[in-house]
Amino acid sequence: MSDPDHRSEARLYLAGFGLALTLTLVPFGLVHWGLMQGKALAITIAVLAVAQIVVHLRFFLHIDLSRQKREDLQLILFTVLLLGIMAFGTLWIMGNLATRM
Amino acid sequence: MTDPIFGRLDLSSLSVWRAFQDPSLSELIGAGAAMAVILGALATLALLTWIRLWGPLWRDWLTSVDHKRIGIMYCALALIMLARGVIEGVLMRTQQAFGLHGGFLTPDHFSELFSTHGTIMIFFVAMPFIAGVINYVMPLQIGARDMAFPVMNQISLGLTATGAALVMISLVLGEFSTGGWANYPPYTGADFQPGPGPDYWIWSIVLAGIGTTLSGINFAVTIYKERAPGMHFLRMPIFCWTVICTSIIMIFALPPLTVAALMLAADRYLDFHFFTNDLGGNMMNYVNLFWLFGHPEVYLLVIPAYGVFSEVISTYSGKRIYGYMSMVYATMSIAVLSFCVWLHHFFTMGQSANINAAFGIASMAIAVPTGVKIYNWLATIFRGRVRMTVPMIYATGFFYLFVIGGLTGVMLANPVISYQVHNTLFLVAHFHNVIIPGVLFGLLAGYHYWFPKAFGFRLHEGWGRAAALLWIVGFSFTFLPLYWLGLQGMPRRSASFGDPSFQPMLWLALFGGMLILAALGSLMLQLWVSIRNRVQLAVPLGDPWNGRSLEWSIPSPPPAYNFALLPQVLDRDDFAEAKASGRAYAEPAVYEDIEMPDNTAIGMIVCVCSTLMGLALVFWIWWLAVLSLGVMVVSLIGRTFRTDLSHVIPAAQIAAEHRAWLARVRAAPAVDRLAETHDRNRGRAMPERPFAAGAAE
Amino acid sequence: MSGSNLHPGLNLGARHGSAHEGAETVVFGFWIFLMSDLVIFGLVFASYLTVANPLGMAGGPGPADAFDLRSIFVQTMILLTSSLTFGFATLALRHEKGRTVIAGWLGVTLLLGLAFLTLELRDFAHMIEVGAVPQRSGFWSAFWGLVPLHGLHVALGCLWIAVMLAQMALLGLVPVVKTRLLRLGLFWHFLDLIWVAIFSIVYLGGLMP
Ligand code: HEM
Ligand SMILES: [Cu+2]
Repeated sequence: MSDPDHRSEARLYLAGFGLALTLTLVPFGLVHWGLMQGKALAITIAVLAVAQIVVHLRFFLHIDLSRQKREDLQLILFTVLLLGIMAFGTLWIMGNLATRM
Repeated sequence: MTDPIFGRLDLSSLSVWRAFQDPSLSELIGAGAAMAVILGALATLALLTWIRLWGPLWRDWLTSVDHKRIGIMYCALALIMLARGVIEGVLMRTQQAFGLHGGFLTPDHFSELFSTHGTIMIFFVAMPFIAGVINYVMPLQIGARDMAFPVMNQISLGLTATGAALVMISLVLGEFSTGGWANYPPYTGADFQPGPGPDYWIWSIVLAGIGTTLSGINFAVTIYKERAPGMHFLRMPIFCWTVICTSIIMIFALPPLTVAALMLAADRYLDFHFFTNDLGGNMMNYVNLFWLFGHPEVYLLVIPAYGVFSEVISTYSGKRIYGYMSMVYATMSIAVLSFCVWLHHFFTMGQSANINAAFGIASMAIAVPTGVKIYNWLATIFRGRVRMTVPMIYATGFFYLFVIGGLTGVMLANPVISYQVHNTLFLVAHFHNVIIPGVLFGLLAGYHYWFPKAFGFRLHEGWGRAAALLWIVGFSFTFLPLYWLGLQGMPRRSASFGDPSFQPMLWLALFGGMLILAALGSLMLQLWVSIRNRVQLAVPLGDPWNGRSLEWSIPSPPPAYNFALLPQVLDRDDFAEAKASGRAYAEPAVYEDIEMPDNTAIGMIVCVCSTLMGLALVFWIWWLAVLSLGVMVVSLIGRTFRTDLSHVIPAAQIAAEHRAWLARVRAAPAVDRLAETHDRNRGRAMPERPFAAGAAE
Repeated sequence: MSGSNLHPGLNLGARHGSAHEGAETVVFGFWIFLMSDLVIFGLVFASYLTVANPLGMAGGPGPADAFDLRSIFVQTMILLTSSLTFGFATLALRHEKGRTVIAGWLGVTLLLGLAFLTLELRDFAHMIEVGAVPQRSGFWSAFWGLVPLHGLHVALGCLWIAVMLAQMALLGLVPVVKTRLLRLGLFWHFLDLIWVAIFSIVYLGGLMP
């Protein structure tokens, strides 16, 4: 790992790894030791998972906001929009049906 | 018990055998269809051997990765399946016309008919027809040499053909599902239909669906990455915009179908409980998943048809499309909205009124961008120099009939009305009313419009007009009465009925069905007559309709590499502008070598293997399933170890071909639009002022 | 030009010439494929959530009876580490560190992938033992539809790594091999991303106190 470019890029991967590690350890710890309960715990897990996904996208998949070429980000956001419609729609409809049975 | 070698395939799987055992009219019709398939296949094989076509067929078609040939093969597949689908439709009309307390088909046979008819019409007529037209036209319109992934394109075709083949085979071996084109469980679960029927549906849909997803990726990447220099997004023909939207739907709406079908497969094969009645299964989620696909699917079908109509109307009115930007926005918003309305297919499932209201309103909203388009087309025609050619006849029929279908759609989007008429023939009338005048007329218009590009000769005008009029009138007689019957409460999917007051309208519908059969016959005759008269109808110079986009700027049929030199695009409707400003048909200063991908058999390998795999899965022949999957995977991986997969067409050859064609163009007389459908038309159009440059807008 | 990116994700960079340019189309196409796959996963997740309740469990075992948080934690660590090692392989490719270095990192990734699969299969065996089988309830059907789907992807990823090792040996680092490695990298990182959702929703969500 001699050339500086390579080294700084490797450091970025390590930084991502460290962040992802932390974002994994915390929720596992919370559940394992029962440090939180109920809704609060669920929300915490969800937030940490989203944070970790963003970390992966940023450090491993190299998606960021700064480039001129934005096709990647647009594609991902568009997918998330459609998937959001479909997944939340599904939960909404099926959840509602379940309460009415 | 299942046999280790033949699985659950045995003598009674043969429909001919069943008819032999029980020679009722219903079984005989089934056996007759099976014999037609077998004899048709044998006759084709014999014919190919007789006229020694195997070599050319293999070399020029089946192993070709040329988007144009793949497109043509898709269309051929679609037209063959259309024949079966229409015959089934008319058969059902006949059954119902005689269906007062009976009829000649058993209820099971009738159910199989509407199931295969629906499945075939959607997945193996409309979809391949669309994929075919897109394949042929889109790369030419954006000035590309081929798709972004030519080999994957061939594989997509192979998988689509597999799906169609499985549905055809189900006529001969076993039977198809009786669960409708949506194949709802639990009725299609193992408890209620243990036979091979639903499995045929599952595997033909899943395999063809994978092909469609790959096609969508291919179309999208081609448009994003392969446009000619200067072909900005906002210079693309509207058809290409519709292709973007359709590919978005192919990419994102096919997954729910794949998920639903594979979950159903898990239920049937492995005793899972996704959708079963017992043990926590939730069949309502199937309905939900299916329509997450199903609704975007209908827009997948109709959006490219809008694109075709946009091209056709603009060309035959001699004008730029009116309101280009609003067309683009309307198309995009239809694509996105189409993901927000799926619940309108199951308003009656039991969810709360609030949810129904939300989806009802969203559904009605789609009418707005659609209305925008209709007005744009009308404005394009307004004060244009309109020629009533065959595609324009279809377009006119589309205007009248599609608006009726759209309005009944807005009615159905109201949950209160839907509660009244769901599951009646009103619905059948509605969706045929949008699908036939919308999708099918659009595709047929495109077929007439681009046929000369693909084959170098026009289709016979007279037979084309007859067919178009027969379609329009036949459609009206067949389906408009069904609105009435639906309002009177006649349920859909019924083999027979008890209320004699339904009868007159059903006879009327049968009469319409006969007209539609005649329309189909006219189309076949037209093809035959046109091939026989191909010398008089020839338009080798490439521009028979005074076209406006790049595909008309090259010979008909185009060379394998499409463009001798990639065009430099300066404007919207670039070829029309080029003709007006005199820069069309210019000879490039230098020609360059062109690298093109080699032919490959991989698509055929995938097609054959996946067909065998599908059959093996349907009949529980496990060894064959594993074997064919293995061969397929090994061939696909093996191919990636090869790197010498393209060849170079030398610049000298391109130059010679191109110069010869240019010389013929220059020598040919330019033809006025009045002579468009005359034998004088050789494909060189006389520029028209003031319409040509879009000045009328 | 060296700073210019032609496609989403880590680019080879201009010094790779035709491989860099050729990557534009194929990598973009592969991103779209991944997004389509993401929709598949998303809907399987949604279906899982609709039956993750007593009704869906139909009186059968629940998550607490069948999941082993410790094993899941180890699997998570393995998969996360494998993302890092694949990242190093990509960097070695980008900075032209030679075939052996790249192959080394790929080999480590492959081993981690196989270790993950082994542990996952052991978990599955345990679930079968306690009766948490798909035939038992809608809930377990959804579980067995979701988690093994991810496992299948990992297995395919492993197969792909093996194929790429063979291609690097036989063909060398020719442009197609490079762009395939780029796409494989995206695939691998994508799988880790799906796993984050799996351990958060299925395992942590299922074992919440
Ligand atoms: C061309 C003449 C056609 C005729 C005569 C025809 C006739 C019919 C009939 C009689 C039915 C059964 C109605 C019932 O449930 O009672 C039906 C269903 C259906 N048709 Fe057609 N049809 C035609 C064209 C098409 C086309 C072009 C498409 C689509 C591209 C199509 C798609 C469907 C679908 C999806 C169903 C529903 C199948 C089901 O119930 O699951 N049809 N058609
Ligand atoms: Cu709909």
